[in-house]
Amino acid sequence: MAPKTSAEVGGMGHSVKRKEDPRFIRGKGTYVDDIQLPGMLYLDIVRSPFAHAKITKIDASKALAIPGVLAVITGQDLAKYNLHWMPTLMSDTQMVLPVDKVMYQAQEVAAVLATERYIAADGAAAVEVEYDPLPVVVDPKKALEPGAPVLRTDKKDKKDNHIWHWEWGDKGAADRAFRDAEVTVKEDIYIPRIHVASIETCGCIADFDRVQGRLTVWMTTQAPHAIRTVFALVAGHVGLAEHKIRIISPDIGGGFGGKVPVYPGYVIAVAASVLTGKPVKWMEDRMENLQADSFARDYHITAELAAKKDGTLTALRIKTIADHGYADAAANPSKFPAGLFHICTGSYDFKAAHVEVDGVYTNKPPGGIAYRCSFRVTEAVLTIERMADVMAHQLGVDPAEFRLKNFIRPEQFPYKSALGWEYDSGNYAGALRKAMDKIGYAELRQEQAEKRKRGELMGIGISSFTEIVGAGPSKQFDILGIKMFDSAEIRIHPTGKATARFGTKSQGQGHETTYAQIIAEELGIPAADVQVEEGDTDTAPYGLGTYASRSTPVAGAAGAMAARKIRDKARKIAAYLLEAAEDDLVWEPGKFSVKGSPQRAKTIQEIAFAAYTNHPQGMEAGLEAVSYYDPPNLTYPFGSYICVVDIDKGTGEVKVRRFVAVDDCGNIINPMIVEGQIHGGLTMGLAPALFEEISYDEEGNIHGGSFMDYLLPTAVETPNWETDKTTTPSPHHPLGAKGVGESATVGAPAAIANAVVDALWHLGVRHIDIPITPAKVWKLLREKNVSE
Amino acid sequence: MSAMLVRVSINGEKREAEVEPRLLLVHLIREVFRLTGTHIGCDTTHCGACTVLLDGRPVKSCTVFAVQAHGKEIMTVEGLEQNGQLHPVQEGFTQEHGLQCGYCTPGMLMTSYAFLKKTPSPSEGDIRWAISGNLCRCTGYVNIVKSIQYAAAKLRQGGA
Repeated sequence: MAPKTSAEVGGMGHSVKRKEDPRFIRGKGTYVDDIQLPGMLYLDIVRSPFAHAKITKIDASKALAIPGVLAVITGQDLAKYNLHWMPTLMSDTQMVLPVDKVMYQAQEVAAVLATERYIAADGAAAVEVEYDPLPVVVDPKKALEPGAPVLRTDKKDKKDNHIWHWEWGDKGAADRAFRDAEVTVKEDIYIPRIHVASIETCGCIADFDRVQGRLTVWMTTQAPHAIRTVFALVAGHVGLAEHKIRIISPDIGGGFGGKVPVYPGYVIAVAASVLTGKPVKWMEDRMENLQADSFARDYHITAELAAKKDGTLTALRIKTIADHGYADAAANPSKFPAGLFHICTGSYDFKAAHVEVDGVYTNKPPGGIAYRCSFRVTEAVLTIERMADVMAHQLGVDPAEFRLKNFIRPEQFPYKSALGWEYDSGNYAGALRKAMDKIGYAELRQEQAEKRKRGELMGIGISSFTEIVGAGPSKQFDILGIKMFDSAEIRIHPTGKATARFGTKSQGQGHETTYAQIIAEELGIPAADVQVEEGDTDTAPYGLGTYASRSTPVAGAAGAMAARKIRDKARKIAAYLLEAAEDDLVWEPGKFSVKGSPQRAKTIQEIAFAAYTNHPQGMEAGLEAVSYYDPPNLTYPFGSYICVVDIDKGTGEVKVRRFVAVDDCGNIINPMIVEGQIHGGLTMGLAPALFEEISYDEEGNIHGGSFMDYLLPTAVETPNWETDKTTTPSPHHPLGAKGVGESATVGAPAAIANAVVDALWHLGVRHIDIPITPAKVWKLLREKNVSE
Repeated sequence: MSAMLVRVSINGEKREAEVEPRLLLVHLIREVFRLTGTHIGCDTTHCGACTVLLDGRPVKSCTVFAVQAHGKEIMTVEGLEQNGQLHPVQEGFTQEHGLQCGYCTPGMLMTSYAFLKKTPSPSEGDIRWAISGNLCRCTGYVNIVKSIQYAAAKLRQGGA
């Protein structure tokens, strides 16, 4: 679709260069750790070496003897203010600092406040803690066995480690379909614990002004307003009221879900600043970030598919054990303890489906956040796409043909899924066919057959994913009761330039550019003339923040709606200026003209000037609007990815030879930025597919607690992604957009895993859990006697 | 701990400071000299966000003591722009959308700058190896590679 605006205006569809870049390429960004305030103190944290232990003694005397160490804060100190526990977003509780026992390795035990960063670290090293180790529960299945040590002894009457049971769908219908099925397949799929590992870790500066009773927190947060409300709710009893709290989220070095939760370090820093009246900085290091911040995934899944002999899918059944660590600190909408996992019917027309999830406590860090995905959508997509391949192979049908046969067809939209979602729009076959053409699917299958004859291992994997993003409609979606709308406020100044503020917060997505383009599209004011601001709760309208690909679907829509309110007022002013009836005016981007006499026109800039200098009597002066947008539905971006891998029979290494990604995110605001989001998302899909995992030994010792062994892909392992698109607008979004930030992370792992299994299926391999490391593949090759 | 005097030239400017021998170079740059373009992303010399040039060679400044820089020339991201003129690597990253959150960018730029001095006509593979000590979580590297190719072409034409 050709852009409606000129390149100078830079509305939707233009690859406008980013407004953020000039500061970042000069090293002039302002991230939290770049801020230094006069008299600022530093916080460092003492962490537990044990995964489960009673704390018998904390001796701070040696730490306090170090010049510059001002205080050692323990759980007992916070307990005086009832701040030693805090609520999680999922209505569970989590320790800020422990008073009696620790529940995972690297848990916060005490905090040291000092005049300098290094002295705080010295102090943390000098605090002596004595522990009495307790039995450790690492495996969530063992955690559910009778007689397993009960971890949450803080909860009266808690007799086991089971947190909640959740199920969705028609169990009777699904069971009947399986009973009557001609073909069924079943697999155990483990999706391991991983960590978003944004290159900037988490941290904050809390600055309490005793005179004004006002707290300012510069913080690595994706959701500043929600954080402000949480702080007011948690610390209201010690005098922090919401109007006296200002959260500033400055430049953020990547979020991906990891900067949604409230971590204990933030709370301790706030408490320390309130108690001392001085600014307090806390920045975690990388090991703390990997070992203690919220993890993602950790789903133990058993999935089953039922089909007819002709390959028609009929039913899906899934049972899952969700390992939440010692607290359910997931960041899901309140009504959905397993997030949006029930999008697991994917792109296929199932008649029956049922899904069950059980949350379990173990001695691991709390969490269950997303890793660049919309609340467990990746778990859902990996499961259904892996299972689709298993069924296709079982039936002896080509996986592409199998998908084309079972896709929801374009004419079925809006489509009500067996698990109750209403998919807005899609053309799944269109995306898959485009990907097949681009990669040369038929030729690749031929090459594979020839290579197989020679004993070479080559695989082709498909993932035809459907996402569910843009949470969300207020009837279903809230976080701690706050509905998941988002907001925009636009002010057009007398000279025709604009300032626009949003309730979200970019962490690299380029909102300063794309939101300006939305306003350019709607009002014809050049994007260069629109200043976008986010992340300061004192100035931005209330919003729920940026995660789950919700910025464009929700806040972007709010921007368009606010701009349309402005346009409505501009029409009235133009009618007055042109002495014409409003109905006789024609809008084209940037101006109103009189129907039939295009030379009689007023530009938006002229109208803006008049709004302050010559507005009609009886009308309020000014030209501004606010919109709080409550989306009528979620959006459903989709795509088809095809991956080609070659497997080294000597080492087990999987080499991604080609990867074609065809994405459909509806109408596109900035093609350059969308492509960049897909490149990055694909790389964060490659990462857990082949490299990343955080695991624990039986004592609860972490593996993968630093970049030494938690392997982020470098430029060398990352293939040269090939991208393309189809465009199926969302029918309910004001711009027809759907959101794109996470599609690729959601879709990619299944394509890679399917390609590897595809290379090995003829040897009897049905499934390999990600990450598919050389060691895992090599072991399989040895078992099958094909290693070299 | 007794302090030691460090004298360096940083982005062409002579600076000195009394520092603890254990002070890391990255903290000298960020917290003493207040040049905050150089970032910290890990503790194990893996991420490269702290990459600066020490006598022209890229080093990860989180794993170099400040005192080891004594008498040497340091160049940071703030030193790339000369007389209001962006260096071609900076221009390349903007033109080819080689950055998103911007956190790894200064390290990427410094690595690229040093690499292109040594290797004016790199292959894609050369570039990927050259930046393999710098982690980026946002871009998937594709556009970073293009950014460096852009800068290489511009430099060959005699830019900066």
